[in-house]
Formats: sequence, C-alpha cells, structure tokens
Amino acid sequence: MAVQSAHPKWTELAVGTAITEPGGARQNRTGDWRSSRPVWKHSECIRCGVCVMFCPEGCIQFNLEVEGYPNADLEYCKGCGICAHECPTACIAMVDEEE
Amino acid sequence: METRVGKETSIAIADAVGLCDADIVAAYPITPQTHIVEHLSELVADGVLDAEFIPVESEHSAISVCCGTSATGARTFTATSSQGLALMHEILFIASALRLPIVMVVANRSLSGPISIWNDHSDIMAERDIGWVQIFAENAQEAQDLTIWAFRLAEDKRVSLPTIVNLDGFILTHMIEPVVVPDKTSVQKFLPIFEPVLRLDVDKPVSIGPVGIPDIYTECRQAQQHNLTQAYGPIVETLGEFAKHFGRQYLPVESYRTEDAEVLLLTMGALSETAMEAVDNRRSRGGRVGLVRLRLWRPFPFEDLYRAVSDIPVLGVMDRAISFGGPIGPVASEIKSAFYHRNHRPNIVEFVAGLGGRDVALADFEKMFDVLLETKETGKIPPPRMVGLRE
Repeated sequence: MAVQSAHPKWTELAVGTAITEPGGARQNRTGDWRSSRPVWKHSECIRCGVCVMFCPEGCIQFNLEVEGYPNADLEYCKGCGICAHECPTACIAMVDEEE
Repeated sequence: METRVGKETSIAIADAVGLCDADIVAAYPITPQTHIVEHLSELVADGVLDAEFIPVESEHSAISVCCGTSATGARTFTATSSQGLALMHEILFIASALRLPIVMVVANRSLSGPISIWNDHSDIMAERDIGWVQIFAENAQEAQDLTIWAFRLAEDKRVSLPTIVNLDGFILTHMIEPVVVPDKTSVQKFLPIFEPVLRLDVDKPVSIGPVGIPDIYTECRQAQQHNLTQAYGPIVETLGEFAKHFGRQYLPVESYRTEDAEVLLLTMGALSETAMEAVDNRRSRGGRVGLVRLRLWRPFPFEDLYRAVSDIPVLGVMDRAISFGGPIGPVASEIKSAFYHRNHRPNIVEFVAGLGGRDVALADFEKMFDVLLETKETGKIPPPRMVGLRE
C-alpha cells in the first residue's frame, strides 16, 4: 500500500485498519499540542543527558551546533515538562508559548 | 468416502474441526460446550489432528490467544458458552475489527443469575453487536456442516471475518443423532489452504490493532459495517458451494409449509425441529400454519425474511432471551424493525419461550398457534407473553 493519507476515506483504509507502512507516527506533528517549551540555560547545563533519556517523545538531542548542548525538536515536543522536572541542575525552564 | 454414523453433536463438531485441519485450538471448558474441546484435546493428543491445543486459564485468554494465532495466519478454532462467551466480550469486538477469521462454536446457554447451565439464547443475544458472522444450527448434521462451512466463509478473502456457529446447549450438544460425515479429501477440496489477507510477518512488518483517534474511528466503523453487510453475498455463494460438494443446501432463512398459510411462526435453532412437527400436527387437523426458520443472524438476511414472510397477516416470533426493560424479545424487536418501512407489515406477536432449559413441548407450540390464529381473526395484537409461565 502506498503512503497512508492522514485523512483517508473509509474505502481507503487497510484491511482491519492495520498500519502497513512502518514509522507512520512521524506524520503526527505532536508539537502543536504544546503550550510551553523547554529552554536550556547553558551556563548551568552539565550535558549529563538525563533530559535526553527521559523525554517520552525521544525528541531531545545534543545539538553539536551549540557546543553539544541538548535541545528539543519543536515539531514533536509536546511541552510535557518531564525534562525540566528531571534535570539535576534545574537548568531547563518551561516557557509559555505566546502565539 | 462419506460415512453415516450415530454421533453426539459435540463430537461431530470436534471431528469436523479435525477434518478442517485447524492449526490452533485455544479453549476453556464450560458446560455444555465441554465435549467439543475435550474431544479436540483427544484428537490432538492422539496425533489425529496436527494442531496446537492451547489450554488457557479463562475464556478471555482463549479468545485473546485466538486473535494472536489467527493474525499469524493459523487456522484457529475455539468454542464456548454462556458466562464464557460473556467473559470474552471485550475481545470479540477486536477480533472482528481486526478482520481475524476465527471460527467459534457457541453452545447456547442461559446467563446467570440465577445460576443456570441450561439452554436458551441469552448468551448470544447479548453479543449481537460484536461484528461477527453469526449462524444457527438446528441439528447435528447441520452443526457439523456449518462448522466446516464456517472456515470456508471466514477465510474467504472478501469476508475475512470471525464466525460463530450457534447450537443449542444440551438439547443439541448432547444429542446423539445420525450424521453423514464427509471424508477428508472432499473437505480439503471444499476448504482451500488458509491464505490470510493480512498477517503478522517479520519480513513484512505491519501494526495490527492501532489507536483510532476521533478523526478516523467513524471511517473504521463504516468499513466494518460495510464489510459485514457485504459478507451476505459470499455467505449465500459458499453455502451453495457447500451444497455442490456435499449435497446439503442451507439457506439464510428457511420456510416450512408456508404455502397457503394464514399465520407464520419464526424460530431459531434446534427448537425449529419441534416446531416443524407441531406445524405438521396442526396442518393434519386443517390449521393453516407455517414456519419460518431464521438461520443467519448476522449479517441479517432482510430480503430472505421478506420473501419468506411475504404478505402473511400474522407473524409470531419466538424469542429465547429477554431484553430487560425494553421490547421483550431481541429477535422480535429486530423483525419488527425490519418490517417498519415496508408497505406490508404483518401483525407481529411476541413469545418468549424455553428460558434456562425450560422444555418447549409440542403442546406449547399448539398454544402459540392458537394465539396466532386468534390474532388473525380479531386483528388485535396480544401483548408479549412468556410461554409456560406460571401465573
């Protein structure tokens, strides 16, 4: 089956509504659920990776462009705040999304 | 070569599953289904049937195992009854939504309470909306034949749906009757090797049973409704194929002596056989009564019902279960709704009979015919009645 549409008609569903293309969850840009986003204070971050481990979306990575500090992929970050809660140096602030 | 032998119906069903070369039997024993799975367990232990018999700790596990094995492409059978079927409840919806062609025999029995191991249809009527194909057998021959047919239908690629063969607990499961048993070669000719539409395969991964968010759930349900309704065509076709292979034709709705009848009674299951005798008796005394036997319950055979009932003025419906606090009989309420938009609507008289193993004798059918003929005379529909109730 070709790439499944996010809004298929009932006649377009796979048998038993199975998902026949692996990795389809990536199409769900869960970032638009977010009401606040994590912001790292680099002066206090020890780059331990706890936030990377705890992120339930797996959307936090070390960013080599910013001296290897972690940052969140805002396409998928739901703003749950688990990273901020778990950070041993409390260097992550959850900042309200204004728009 | 086929053989004609005397067999207990439960044994005939188990042997039929053996003839169909089921790969997996996962079941939990419950009266009055016990002999079916007991005998299957024997067939597997004796090496007659090359299958995995999975003994489980509950019916919830039995049907869950069946979903898993069916999804891997194994021909899967289970059987249950009453409380066991009720315990399967939540998984039954999943089996049909995932289009898993499991075959299940249900030995119909009442639900508790009071605790009752005896026969009526309250177990299956509580599972009306599970999305399975549901059919009723009247005798041992039919129970065996429909079990074989059920695999063919369920596994038909246009259908790919779980299928229940209902038979009345004790009054059919424990009855010894003459049965014409087909040979294995002819069953294999009728029932091709199971090729699933979709299956769990490490080389071609799929996700079965994902979340359906509000954005898609409606479409899933429509697909399911369409699929089960459209199964009607393949059902009639495969029943015809069965007749070609084995010489016994089963129809979604059967009529018995409805020609020139003034009133009709509608029945389901094994009591239809008693009802036919009661029709003969009444007719021998000049009473123009006839019988309609509803064999296919889901998908509901509307057109067959309309043809069978034709322009009859009075139709009695004998239910074997109660819809508490609603229209009393679940079957009668469906029959009424089927006729609501028709130009010709018979006067429908509701009976509830044979609850929790209460015998329904010829004399009881005579009384039902009396009521129907009286309704024809007066044109007044009597309130629903419980046959044989002490009051």
